[in-house]
Amino acid sequence: GKWSRVAAQQSLSEDDLLRFEPLGNVTILHLTDIHAQLMPIYFREPSVNLGVGDVAGLPPHVTGSDFLRLYDIKPGTPEAYAFTSEDFVALAQGYGKMGGLDRIATIVKRVRAERGEDVLLLDGGDTWQGSYTSYQTKGQDMVDAMNALAPDAMTGHWEFTYGTERVQEIIETLPFPFLGGNIFDAEWDEPAFDAYKMFEKGGSKIAVVGQAFPYTPIANPRWMFPNWSFGIREEQVAKNVAAARADGADIVVLLSHNGFDVDRALASRVGGIDIILTGHTHDAIPEPVLVGKTLLIASGSHGKFITRLDLDIRDGALRGYRHRLIPVFSDIIAPDPEMSKAISDIRAPYQAELSRELATCDGLLYRRGNFNGTFDDLICQALLDIREADIALSPGFRWGTSVLPGQKITVEDLHNACSMTYPNAYRNMMTGQMLKDILEDVADNLFNKDPYYQQGGDMVRVGGMGYSIDPEAAIGSRISSMVLLKSGEPIEASKEYVVAGWASINESTQGPPIWDVVEQYLAQNPVVSVEENQSVKIINRKS
Amino acid sequence: AALFSIAGHRSTWADVPAAEKRIMDFAGGKTPASGKITLTAPEIAENGNTVPISVNVESAMTGGDMVDSVIIIADGNPNPEVATFHFTALSGTAVATTRMRLAKTQNVIAVAKMADGSVFMDKKEVKVTIGGCGG
Amino acid sequence: MAAQPKPRIKVPKEAKAGEVVSIKTLISHEMESGQRKDKDGKVIPRKIINKFACEFNGAPVFSCDIDPAISANPYFEFSAKLTESGTFKFTWIDDDGAIYTDEQKITVN
Ligand SMILES: [Mn+2]
Ligand SMILES: [Mn+2]
Repeated sequence: GKWSRVAAQQSLSEDDLLRFEPLGNVTILHLTDIHAQLMPIYFREPSVNLGVGDVAGLPPHVTGSDFLRLYDIKPGTPEAYAFTSEDFVALAQGYGKMGGLDRIATIVKRVRAERGEDVLLLDGGDTWQGSYTSYQTKGQDMVDAMNALAPDAMTGHWEFTYGTERVQEIIETLPFPFLGGNIFDAEWDEPAFDAYKMFEKGGSKIAVVGQAFPYTPIANPRWMFPNWSFGIREEQVAKNVAAARADGADIVVLLSHNGFDVDRALASRVGGIDIILTGHTHDAIPEPVLVGKTLLIASGSHGKFITRLDLDIRDGALRGYRHRLIPVFSDIIAPDPEMSKAISDIRAPYQAELSRELATCDGLLYRRGNFNGTFDDLICQALLDIREADIALSPGFRWGTSVLPGQKITVEDLHNACSMTYPNAYRNMMTGQMLKDILEDVADNLFNKDPYYQQGGDMVRVGGMGYSIDPEAAIGSRISSMVLLKSGEPIEASKEYVVAGWASINESTQGPPIWDVVEQYLAQNPVVSVEENQSVKIINRKS
Repeated sequence: AALFSIAGHRSTWADVPAAEKRIMDFAGGKTPASGKITLTAPEIAENGNTVPISVNVESAMTGGDMVDSVIIIADGNPNPEVATFHFTALSGTAVATTRMRLAKTQNVIAVAKMADGSVFMDKKEVKVTIGGCGG
Repeated sequence: MAAQPKPRIKVPKEAKAGEVVSIKTLISHEMESGQRKDKDGKVIPRKIINKFACEFNGAPVFSCDIDPAISANPYFEFSAKLTESGTFKFTWIDDDGAIYTDEQKITVN
């Protein structure tokens, strides 16, 4: 496309990246899943992102060279770098880091300068968690920086892992609404958050309905926010959409943290939603996906992208749109000086610790992918080694930044991979049967053919044990050939193994924080080698 | 959210004859039809000790168009019975919500018995999961 | 021993004649299922609320036969359609024979 040609001429500029033929009367800007990344980062997109059932082979379940073919992107171009894992290291070295809230501020300001008051900036959540400074400040760093960006509304997921009290304390200070039409008080089953807000922009009424991550109390520790119940609550979404229509909405936008496949299913089952701004599954899709009359927009993660969506709303309906998922190349987009200053002020007290070097990596550290990521391999190795375990488990989170070969691994890099409010590294005895049950359970969360049963993470990462998985199979029969790597012996159902892991959702989990475990390992292994993980075999995969 | 299929239900319940027998007793030997009754439950339980379930039966709740009762059955619990709701004309609508225990992933089944003796059924699989991952 | 079960009710104070109103009830109760075992492996005897009923001016509105699968602190939400003012009476019956009641007035106009 467009950027490839200018890049080929070595002349990619901010104007090229932001050039946009304006359309209609309203512009929506969508950011999601920033995971507290204030600064530009490297983030390798997944090379494996399987879809099952009806969505096999459909975006976002298209990766690598298939992705380049589908969207007609030439290898080696800025777009190839931004959207795929192809030639990631070489392209990262050429095109540099992406994101940075100061670069995003530049884009937001330019669009606001162009479109005046008729801009809606919407934040899909997973904003306050995922970095050293967000952990240290209980999300305040992100709250302050985002407030400076002045979004019009947000919803959430990892936000809730700061606990009820902290979440309420922050929300009271927000100059914009935190929406969650699917969050209910667990005792009396009454709405706990505003479901939607009506905006008047460009002479049109736009209802933004918020949908928080439905499985927050399942994927994350429920005990941290015991009085809130979530869920997809499809009937409630339909009611809120109808209420917004009755309230005079010309169009309805769902600001969603459902995950892409859940939103695709929801769009096919609930009428009256014009646009779903999706989040949670961290997909960057360069074009809207149309389901019936509903546009699905996926804006990536970690501040790598921001969506600009111009809307032509006339006579009470959406008549046209123009879309671009803008990749935020940090070397090309000038940082906004005010936001740069704000970010450096926020980081100043922590700067020495953030840049403290722990080790060097001789390969690429990344996380995203359905089964493996080298950063998780490193975490599992540290758990096996430092916690003296047979088997290590690391949750299939989709957040966490990448570290290029030869780069120093800093405290900041480490915390980008594991910063959270329940970091304790446990060490337990588990039977082979329990391990099988865990793998089956997580695999069903990822590969259930009904998207409403998917929780939107990746497969739990395993160290010290190999297994085979058939994603298309039913729960209970996906996992086979579990083997203890150190002995080569099959895992026995009734035998007990020493298992180390982290991020348990159980209250009062004992153990040192995972970052201490990894730091200790890195102190003993100042040069980290990562080899391709070959301990998970995918079997019986159709097509 | 699959629709209830009369044809399939015997074989899928091969391991849960107690649930089937309880439904047949409640239904007076009739085979429940689909429609009229909607059972709402979460796809995945947040907490297996307290799973919200709601029933809603289409009915005017006057004259002959009345819902007599609705039984809730969990086909994978140690005892399949959960509760039986009794409605009256004063109920106004045949809707009710409660919270139940689910020992494991299973079907929750709601069967409505109308005043004229006809019976209707809906079911929903509720997953009970270990949890703890995320995007 | 658990504390004396305490009912809590949410009923609107007023309604229009013929309007369907929603009623929510909770009662604190451990709902011991009879399925659990103590440390010595002995079955902990069942002790649940086995019946809940709501009446309005003496006429039945809604009731529920309760099995041990109902959660602790049983919650019921249901509806009522009234044509006159009056009093709701709520009754919970315990396995041990105890009866807990509560009342709420509503003005219908
Ligand atoms: Mn999320
Ligand atoms: Mn996220």
